[in-house]
Amino acid sequence: MIRLLHRWPGLAGLLLVALLAVSGAALSVFPVIEQFAAPRAAAGLSVGDLAARVQAEYPGVEQIRRAPSGRITAWWFEDGTPGAAVIDPATGQGVASADANPVERWLVNLHRQLFAGDTGRLVMAAGAGVMLLLCASGAALIARRMGGWRRWFGPARGGPAARLHVELARVAVAGLALSALTALWMTASTFGLLPDQARAPLFPATTSGQTGIAPNHIAALADLPVAALRDLSFPDPTDPADAFTLKTDRGAGYLDQGTGEVLAWTDAPALSRVTDTFTMLHTGRGAAVIGLVLGLMALSVPALAVSGFALWLAGWRARPRIRRNASAGRAETVIFVGSEAGSTWGFAATLHRALSEAGQSVHVAPMTAFDPACYRAAKRLLILAATYGDGMAPASAKGFIERLEHAPALSGVPVAVLGFGDHSFPAFCAFADEVAQLLTAKGWTELLPPDAVDRQSPQDFARWGCALGRTLGLELELVHQPAQPATEALTLVSRRDYGAEVQAPTAILRFALPRAGFWQRLMRRGFARFQAGDLLAVLPEGDAVPRLYSLASGSRDGFVEIVVRKQPGGLCSGQLVALEPGSTIRAFIRPNPGFHSGHGRAPLILIGAGTGIGPLAGMIRANRHARPVHLFFGLRARESDFLFAEELAGWQRDGRLARLTTATSRGPRPYYVQDALRHEAAEVLTMIRSGARIMVCGGRAMAEGVTAALTDILAPAGLTPAVLKAEGRYVEDVF
Amino acid sequence: MKSAIAAFALTSALVAPGLAAARPVTFTTTLNNYGGDGAYLVIYLTDAAGRYAGTLWVAGGKSKYYDSLAGWYRATGGDPAQIDGITGASVGAGRTLEITLDLADALFDAGYVLHVDAAVEDMRDSPDDVAVPLTTQGAGKPTPGRRYVASLKYDM
Repeated sequence: MIRLLHRWPGLAGLLLVALLAVSGAALSVFPVIEQFAAPRAAAGLSVGDLAARVQAEYPGVEQIRRAPSGRITAWWFEDGTPGAAVIDPATGQGVASADANPVERWLVNLHRQLFAGDTGRLVMAAGAGVMLLLCASGAALIARRMGGWRRWFGPARGGPAARLHVELARVAVAGLALSALTALWMTASTFGLLPDQARAPLFPATTSGQTGIAPNHIAALADLPVAALRDLSFPDPTDPADAFTLKTDRGAGYLDQGTGEVLAWTDAPALSRVTDTFTMLHTGRGAAVIGLVLGLMALSVPALAVSGFALWLAGWRARPRIRRNASAGRAETVIFVGSEAGSTWGFAATLHRALSEAGQSVHVAPMTAFDPACYRAAKRLLILAATYGDGMAPASAKGFIERLEHAPALSGVPVAVLGFGDHSFPAFCAFADEVAQLLTAKGWTELLPPDAVDRQSPQDFARWGCALGRTLGLELELVHQPAQPATEALTLVSRRDYGAEVQAPTAILRFALPRAGFWQRLMRRGFARFQAGDLLAVLPEGDAVPRLYSLASGSRDGFVEIVVRKQPGGLCSGQLVALEPGSTIRAFIRPNPGFHSGHGRAPLILIGAGTGIGPLAGMIRANRHARPVHLFFGLRARESDFLFAEELAGWQRDGRLARLTTATSRGPRPYYVQDALRHEAAEVLTMIRSGARIMVCGGRAMAEGVTAALTDILAPAGLTPAVLKAEGRYVEDVF
Repeated sequence: MKSAIAAFALTSALVAPGLAAARPVTFTTTLNNYGGDGAYLVIYLTDAAGRYAGTLWVAGGKSKYYDSLAGWYRATGGDPAQIDGITGASVGAGRTLEITLDLADALFDAGYVLHVDAAVEDMRDSPDDVAVPLTTQGAGKPTPGRRYVASLKYDM
């Protein structure tokens, strides 16, 4: 629901809100110029003295006005011609032209009313309303995504567009909301919807009949500091019935031009102070620095609009139309989809098509539509569920848990749950797990044990499809290709072989860096810009499903390097390990921002085993500023599979690697990285206390061992791996 | 071309729809290129004694700005009853406002004075930008204004 309140107003108001923000940001510069350019009144100066000074210089003065920025302007007539100037309060003399800046005026009219009068004002006010709605819904979404308001500034995860959107929004949202709120208030004030108008009182019926008092002899003006002045209009000296008109920030009234006494006065309503304050905050007039800060924050809106639109477009494209969807009441198999951005729908469509082709009648629905009473012909339910943020239900599964709680289990209708997630998040597939546990608790039977697809891995999905097929007695081949970029041809430059003696044939493959296309260079994507820890998606010969390998190099290194171990029966790894220099493969880059070493000076603890050394070696190679790095490397035997041995020695010499600890598992006393960690527990804890970031790459068993070891090591400091993960200081790349 | 057929609450003698002793009068107000936003204008009459006699037209729809039309506001206090049905949009710099009203014959050559007060956001207030006697002689002759109004003429 919140997402819809963010998405649709955002898409509908995209251009309008961006126009408002950009014009507002441009306008925020002017008050700064004005504040520094206009001569300021000395602190103790009274309006009476100021008026007397101006009158001495310009006897025909008719009006003196103080702008909220502090600028004093006077208007007069001299021999029938009008004159005007910005006044130096110290002398009463004109020092600059009073003409409005035409550029500023043009921008104000664009920003305020789209050059379309009151209609335009209402359109722009609607834009401000959309902005406010986007701020509120967006803030709620960020809090949800981060796992609570207290983690507002936790690490932003996800793709580049999502991270840009979140990073910008959480800094700018306060300013944007303030700008929008004050804009709406000002519009209401302009249209007279608020009782905040300081109107002059009725003109007094009688005056003293005298004329000619000097302004500095009028008590009301002599006691009034210039800072409180809004406007002073001088009376016609030839008309004794006329009077001074004074407007201050407290109200408005008339002063006798003979005696100086206050003839009539109306206090401004209390709300006028609110309007004044809001106007000051919104325009920056009188608070130039605040205005500039708000202007800077407004500059984020175009980027937010573009990234938000890109996010929506990606989700919309990824959401296929389910063709020939059987009705809920007739389907033998019912597939429920819990998707946040839409990618899980793609997998559901592939599953729907494969089952339909196998002769089944299949109904696909969002999890929000779950209603067990409807599925009269169902023989099984399949639930494909993504997870949002910290284990929340994704958009198309809101309320599913509650419905499941209150629905009786369908007897004889087993259920299978498949989670979709990204294991760089701490709550990997947590929502799918919750669903699976609840199904068990409610007495549903299990069709298949719960399983998971990591980062839209086609292999994971195909593997689960095989298991499902076996259960159903079908040949089920699920080939799902999430929308993927065009591949490039990579030419092998060199290969180095290891591990043959320890039954783990492994190769470090180095490919030439392909020339990035113009678009890639412009967007700094693909082969134009990648770093160690990103993924190389390789398409094996005779298969459309890419296999992902962690990159051991970055685009700045000028080559593409991966570490591949030949898997028994592995199609892709077999082809890669058999490559000869000069031959080519098809591949593309898949960014993996959750596994970047990041910038900063905080120490790094890198833990890898086997081919897991690949991305870690790439990070050490890129460590040109000698950030403290401690590498724990698990291998089988130093003389056989000590990958990157020469480079690691060189990097230690030139300061890119501070310490190297190896753990060899073959030999009389098997020794693993987790043992090495425990052995150096004191050192590891010291580094973590000084802000170190832990990066783990390797097999699942190794990663679990490392987590267990770190749990023990961190306990004395009152820390846990979960806490570090939540802070983004403990990341894993597990295969 | 605006046509306003309106009656005043106070001085119904001014504008008399369908009276035999009345004629349509067109007021043409042209503004200078003063380099600012749209101007608020009010066209009103005072009698031979200088007393307020009635309002003919207000250009500008937001009553919060009416106290900047100083002479007129002083006379009326911005009383909404004075301007019911005779308001329009503010007039942009360099633009022309043309209104046609049925005016009673008795208003001409009787000492009545036609006033235009003007005001522009962030610029000076200009009470009595134009003040010209209402005479049959003066019809068709443009009168220059003091600040915002380039010329005002009335045609019968």
